[in-house]
Amino acid sequence: MTAKPRITKSLTGWFFLLPAVLVFSTFSWYPIIRGFIISFQSIDLINKPEFVGIENFTMLFEDQDMPTAWKNTLYYSFLGVIFGYLVPLLIALFINEVRRGKSFFRLVFYTPTVVPPMAAMLLWKWIYDPRSGLANLVVGLFGGEPLLWLNSPDTAMLSIVFMSTWAYSGGTMLLYLAALQGVPASLYEAAEIDGAKLPRRLWHVTLPEIRGVMIILLVLQIIGTMQVFVEPFVMTKGGPANATLTVIMLVYRYGFEYRNFGIAGALGVLMFIVLVLFSLMYLRLSRRIAK
Amino acid sequence: MKHLHIASSERGLISPMELNRPAGRFFYLLFIFLLLCLALIWLFPMYWMYTSALKSSSTIVKFPPILIPQNPIWKNYLRAWTELNYPRYFFNTIMLALGAWGLQMTISTAAAYAFSKLKPLFSKVIMFLFLSTLMVPSMAYLIPQYLTVVKVPLIGISLLDSWWGVLLPQAANAFNIFILKSFFDDIPRDLTDAAVIDGATALQSFLRIIVPLSKPVLSVVTIFTLIGTWKDFFWPYLVLTGSPQSQPIMVALYRMTTALSYPQPLNIQIAGMAIAATPPLVLFFIFQKKIIRGITLTGLKG
Repeated sequence: MTAKPRITKSLTGWFFLLPAVLVFSTFSWYPIIRGFIISFQSIDLINKPEFVGIENFTMLFEDQDMPTAWKNTLYYSFLGVIFGYLVPLLIALFINEVRRGKSFFRLVFYTPTVVPPMAAMLLWKWIYDPRSGLANLVVGLFGGEPLLWLNSPDTAMLSIVFMSTWAYSGGTMLLYLAALQGVPASLYEAAEIDGAKLPRRLWHVTLPEIRGVMIILLVLQIIGTMQVFVEPFVMTKGGPANATLTVIMLVYRYGFEYRNFGIAGALGVLMFIVLVLFSLMYLRLSRRIAK
Repeated sequence: MKHLHIASSERGLISPMELNRPAGRFFYLLFIFLLLCLALIWLFPMYWMYTSALKSSSTIVKFPPILIPQNPIWKNYLRAWTELNYPRYFFNTIMLALGAWGLQMTISTAAAYAFSKLKPLFSKVIMFLFLSTLMVPSMAYLIPQYLTVVKVPLIGISLLDSWWGVLLPQAANAFNIFILKSFFDDIPRDLTDAAVIDGATALQSFLRIIVPLSKPVLSVVTIFTLIGTWKDFFWPYLVLTGSPQSQPIMVALYRMTTALSYPQPLNIQIAGMAIAATPPLVLFFIFQKKIIRGITLTGLKG
């Protein structure tokens, strides 16, 4: 064997890799690194970027909107775990129980996930309209007082979470369902011989068996919900009274409304660090579960 | 391998024996009742959207709500289609979807082929660098990515207000490369090796052996790319803000329903939403088996 064929082979291989390497280096690797650089710069697209030390970060921490944005984001994540994580589990448990029409129900609950988020958000914005929306019509049918939904600081975030649960539960539900269908019937039978009633079987057989999927989906749910932006951007613009101002929404405001890309980048870096920690946790967990 | 034990898909928490007893029967019916209620909640907003589009401006806000429109105004859909200038935006979206698809079919498949079969020097490192971008949440580097599109490094041109500015950043898709590579890995090396011995170049063995054998995975990537492009909003919105005429449907829908100084009547807006939502739904109903299998296999939530 001479060295020549290996080098030609490598060259051919690189020829196939080249386009991907080009787009990745230009539009992924470079921006990721540059994110750290611009967080120490003053950038407004008109003047030349200038290094300003940690000024962007100190200004961020003086901004009163910062604690609000992080608090709202954590609140959204928390609600997202309560609803967006548990409702699909509940649905999957029910679907797994029906003896006929499993694929019909699977289809029903997945369909909203296929509706483009923009159409879903606009549709729900109308549903939440205090005067003409479906939400208050339903409340009225049950004899309740009409609510302000997106227009009140108390209910705005919760309203967004309901919409997200409706729109994004489908995928999570499918993954739960696949896990549930993998639970061996013999385990249930053994538990029944021991006299375990339904709630005990759920607690001691089903949930431990799907624990792996549950943990992974939990971390993914947290990573996903921490990045929440488009929903408040379209439905509330961060209002009312900053009740739905999230961290990425604040990044957007700094960047595209105040045209201060340095501070926006600095906030992006903070979010980056938090989320990468979660991602690493996800990697470790999924490796351990795979074993 | 898969059927070492009877999976619980044959049964659920409730055993077949319990189903014959009143208590088990009760729980089973309760579950079904709750599931039907939830199903109703899940389906109703879509029903409400498609039927409200058929109402007049005054009946659309009536209380108590009108569930079945008495005199459906089918013309509303036609009005939305023409008055919202949908042919233009449908065309833009289809072009963007085809562009995104073309880039995935070339860039991602070629890279996956190199990783799986050619394995040039340093390819393991590159693969790792590709995959590590999946760990980085896209929203966290939104700003530097935008600045990159405003002025592309080395070349110095701006991709703002151009379809390339939408397409190229999204072409860097490590997830697709990963699932394509895993699929290619299962194609026996003997097949490509034999072709090379017969004098085929790497490109020929890729096109004649790998691609035809990979139709299942290529079709999954195709469907996800088409539906994904159709649903896409925020990045195209950022890049194409200044050129309304080249925006895809979701950006146009947002602009026309929220930022217009002379908004369309509500029923026309709703009809516009309904029309924009329909193509991915149709694709989904046609390919639902493939899509659902794709999601459960790859863990991608769609």
